[in-house]
Amino acid sequence: MHVPGFVVSKYRGEMSDPFVQIDRVDLRYGGAGGVLAVSDLTLSVNKGEFAAVVGPSGCGKSTLMRLVTGLHLPQSGAVTVGGNRVNKPVSIAGMAFQNPTMLPWRTTLDNILLPLEIVDKHRHRLRKHRAEYVAKAEKLLATVGLKGFGDRFPWQLSGGMQQRANLCRALIHEPELLMLDEPFGALDAFTREELWCVIRDLHAVSGVTIILVTHDLREAIFLADRVFVMSSRPGRVLNEHRIEFPRPRELDLIYDPQFSRKVQELHSEIADARQAA
Amino acid sequence: MSEKVIETAPASGLPKSRINWIALAPWLYTIAFFLIWEAVVRAFGIRPTILPAPSAIWGALIQYWPAIQRHSIQTLFTTTLGFGLAVVAGLALGLLVGWSRVIYAGLYPLMVGFNAIPKVAVVPILVIWFGIGTIPAVLTAFLIAFFPIVVNVATGLATIEPETEDVLRALGARKMDIMLKVGIPRSMPYFFGSLKIAVTLAFVGSVISETIAANSGLGYMMAAAQSQFNVPLVFAGLIMLAVEGIAMYALMAWIEQRMTGWAHRSQLANT
Ligand SMILES: Nc1ncnc2c1ncn2[C@@H]1O[C@H](COP(=O)(O)OP(=O)(O)O)[C@@H](O)[C@H]1O
Ligand SMILES: [Mg+2]
Repeated sequence: MHVPGFVVSKYRGEMSDPFVQIDRVDLRYGGAGGVLAVSDLTLSVNKGEFAAVVGPSGCGKSTLMRLVTGLHLPQSGAVTVGGNRVNKPVSIAGMAFQNPTMLPWRTTLDNILLPLEIVDKHRHRLRKHRAEYVAKAEKLLATVGLKGFGDRFPWQLSGGMQQRANLCRALIHEPELLMLDEPFGALDAFTREELWCVIRDLHAVSGVTIILVTHDLREAIFLADRVFVMSSRPGRVLNEHRIEFPRPRELDLIYDPQFSRKVQELHSEIADARQAA
Repeated sequence: MSEKVIETAPASGLPKSRINWIALAPWLYTIAFFLIWEAVVRAFGIRPTILPAPSAIWGALIQYWPAIQRHSIQTLFTTTLGFGLAVVAGLALGLLVGWSRVIYAGLYPLMVGFNAIPKVAVVPILVIWFGIGTIPAVLTAFLIAFFPIVVNVATGLATIEPETEDVLRALGARKMDIMLKVGIPRSMPYFFGSLKIAVTLAFVGSVISETIAANSGLGYMMAAAQSQFNVPLVFAGLIMLAVEGIAMYALMAWIEQRMTGWAHRSQLANT
């Protein structure tokens, strides 16, 4: 498989090369008396690594996403992305949420091109080089199995198709960092597994750093190099698991007894975290 | 189980009920309304000074047509002008109010209070400032039509999904980008939807003002006819108002359909 626009990088990131670093971060919503969402949160993700974050709901996983992308700034501690201290929205991240947030008045293709109208590097080139960008978007559509759907409107697509298009939108500007917040939560099991493979392949060829928030432990283990388990609110990292299953991973890995054991291990950890709350 | 197969008539074999009852219904119901009205007036011998029959109103329409036409055009003119101003100002203020939470919070009580004032109470002030005639009518139409437009546009902006905003801000989008790419397109269905309400209200405003302080327009004509006990003419004025109101409403509905068809279709797809 070839993903357009990405330089296939042999460089898979030495493990001593942190790309995202969260260092003893506290974030409280809504002023002094507000909700302390995360406290003493520390984790780091290497360049090109696929990290997954799991934890009880409301523990601050989405908050972690907003911290890394600079949408929220921590009250204490530091967030560093690509060597730079984050003190404003990072502008190199692609994001995708559970809710696909496609704009209903734009065709799928125009939705996918939207980031290019925003990101500084592209917004001034877009008009002149539109054909080139459209070609790129169409190739991306093809890689996620949506070839020829570019001129449909989002509401003409099924939920799974919208989420595929959503991934294309998150990738069109070749972000160095892809943030996925429970992207497949609303999909049926079959579609979800298909999309796991789409993400797996995108990651394999692009070398993009991915942080995936999910409540699906099988999803986390199937996809990630490392899984971080978070405590209940205020969230912090309780434990991290290196997932050693060799890549490329095939879907039937999830029926492997070792895989199941790993799922169980994580499951009981999260159950304990919830108990502790 | 019975072997009997329920006969289903194939679509082409349906009896020739090609009549589209839904499309015809508005006309049929309107005609029926006037026929019943006519019948009731005749059956009970109601005097024309109390409730004129549609035939008497029709007679007045024909008899006074030149005057009715002139006043109708005047009312249409003041209403359209006031409505046009309301659209421009309402859109502008709506965008401003929806732009920031602070402006929204600051202006909200002012606007609610302003909207709570019965516009009929404002007309005397307008008369002091501008004298009687066209200007108070235009301004009253403007004042009354303005509020729903502001509220709707601001609502459209204020209800952007936070996730959409996050996605864009994480790409380095400025407030202006988010407004242009998401806020404004998204508030358009609200805006065009509010035009139907606003244009109806604009008629209310202009006619109020014409009734109190004008020497032309349907409001003035009806007030004058009323003082002469020319009840059929009063009703003829009402009919003209209804006709103009329906026409403007239909125009706005058509514009809404043309401009924001995606909103209807996407809603249909989601249900
Ligand atoms: N904008 C906000 N204002 C106030 N509280 C918030 C806000 N966003 C999230 N929270 C609270 O912070 C906690 C963590 O939220 P979140 O990061 O969304 O959790 P998760 O994604 O793990 O379910 C929750 O208790 C939530 O209620
Ligand atoms: Mg969340």
